[in-house]
Amino acid sequence: MNDFIQHTINGLALGSIYALVALGYTMVFGVLQLINFAHGEIFMMGAFSGLYFARYALPAGTQPSIGVTLMVVVAAMIGSAVLGVIIEKFAYRPLRKAPRINILITAIGVSLLLQYGGQLIFGASPQFFPTILPRQNIDLGGDIFLDTNQITIFLLSFVLMVILQYLVFKTQFGRSMRAISHSLETANVIGINVNKVIFITFIIGSALAGAAGVLYGVAYPKIDPLLGLLPGLKAFIAAVLGGIGNITGAVIGAVLLGLSETYVAGYISSTYRDALAFVILILVLLLRPGGILGSKKIEKV
Amino acid sequence: MDTLTVSDLAVNYGNVQALKGVSFKVPKGQIVSLIGANGAGKTTTLKAISGACASKGTVMFHGQPTTGMESYKLVGQGLIHAPEGRGIFPNLTVMENLQLGIVGRHSAKVNFQKNLEDSFKLFPRLQERITQMAGTLSGGEQQMLAIARALIGEPELLLLDEPSLGLAPQVVKLIFDIIVRINKEKQVTVLLVEQNAKQALKISHYAYVLETGKISLEGKGSDLLNNEDVKKIYLGEH
Ligand SMILES: Nc1ncnc2c1ncn2[C@@H]1O[C@H](COP(=O)(O)OP(=O)(O)OP(=O)(O)O)[C@@H](O)[C@H]1O
Ligand SMILES: [Mg+2]
Repeated sequence: MNDFIQHTINGLALGSIYALVALGYTMVFGVLQLINFAHGEIFMMGAFSGLYFARYALPAGTQPSIGVTLMVVVAAMIGSAVLGVIIEKFAYRPLRKAPRINILITAIGVSLLLQYGGQLIFGASPQFFPTILPRQNIDLGGDIFLDTNQITIFLLSFVLMVILQYLVFKTQFGRSMRAISHSLETANVIGINVNKVIFITFIIGSALAGAAGVLYGVAYPKIDPLLGLLPGLKAFIAAVLGGIGNITGAVIGAVLLGLSETYVAGYISSTYRDALAFVILILVLLLRPGGILGSKKIEKV
Repeated sequence: MDTLTVSDLAVNYGNVQALKGVSFKVPKGQIVSLIGANGAGKTTTLKAISGACASKGTVMFHGQPTTGMESYKLVGQGLIHAPEGRGIFPNLTVMENLQLGIVGRHSAKVNFQKNLEDSFKLFPRLQERITQMAGTLSGGEQQMLAIARALIGEPELLLLDEPSLGLAPQVVKLIFDIIVRINKEKQVTVLLVEQNAKQALKISHYAYVLETGKISLEGKGSDLLNNEDVKKIYLGEH
């Protein structure tokens, strides 16, 4: 039983990181009907922005603290958002009226460019993510531990998701974004500045991935430019599982994926852990292609 | 001055010439309608005016050419389009749809509350349903919502694309009555696209008949109602 609780805590923490990344996939898909394959690299950019910020922008001898962590997170969010809007403006916007397949190929191209460009700029060998958070295990009794990193993950992702919920459901931006996800053409004709809304969507989605990049770097402190590949794919699968385009769905899918990965690693074997996401993807596509909360309307990409 | 002047408007979709040089005008304060069969190019005309599709020719709004202007900017100037098929957002609530009525029209923001109440006076049914998802409204209610949303943006020119499509006769009558009312009471200039030629001509000051991308006939609404060709082809009389 205690094992189970411990796995659940770990799974929820992993799921929260996936959720922050999955939200970006699903929001961009909502407005552009596009799988932004470069989103994993936007997440990677967050981890590296955080790393370089911590290494060079903080005065030498800065002690790990919550405040430092928050500063690094903000720096990473900015780094990722900048990359996200550059991709939007220069790679996707010129193709707004192009056939879907052209945009898809571009997305894959941008992703590869960033993976290998990242190796050029950041170096191919892994770097250690600096300790920005005082590491402490809190004993909850009965061999169950909650570490400060997990607490930070829970709190930060919770706060970010509450802010997102507000933006999406209570502001004119959010209404516009949801209107575009129903019909870009109608949204345009009734006076929504479609390009501006898509731009802001990329900022928000990318910033969330940037925050996730730091949380990931803190949890698994060896980072390299290919870092976005697997978590990116898994977050994408989480978004599909929840119903791509659906914001609540992305969070549910991500938490389910984080939990199942942790249970599989804990009870069966960690060798199967990474394969699990793909098994889930295949099952979802076969059994319920719209995902848990998704609409019935599906299109092959 | 004319609110809208369209000259030689042409639109191609690939090889299809949807509009082959269409010219007409909408004088301030009037209801002008554009009637024609399926595929004549009515919707295309409205889209071109709204900047929603590429076109050749000139469109002047308040005497200024709109060439190259994006739709949201035109909406900002009061050129407001209630698109074909109602164009409401089914995944948003009724209230959220109405709130989008001012999304591109900043000058209408200050009057939002008042315009909202005015719309509820025109369409009391909407007020009872503000928290409902717009997709769950009946067809007639969705059309009311589309018109209400357009009115909340305080249009100087209202483009209406087949507001009576698929509605029961009483609802059609209600919608046409409302169009006349907003024209009379709020001095909104209207460009109305309709297949329901009879009703449209009845309320129009002036009308144009569009036939496969060209204007084939024009005249006062009442004159066209009595025109033999119009009677035969569009009013189903023999
Ligand atoms: N996006 C498009 N791509 C290709 N052809 C189009 C497109 N939109 C319209 N057309 C063609 O242009 C012509 C005019 O279409 P339009 O929608 O303007 O007609 P309409 O008069 O509004 O018809 P309806 O009364 O059926 O709404 C039609 O032949 C139509 O098939
Ligand atoms: Mg039409």
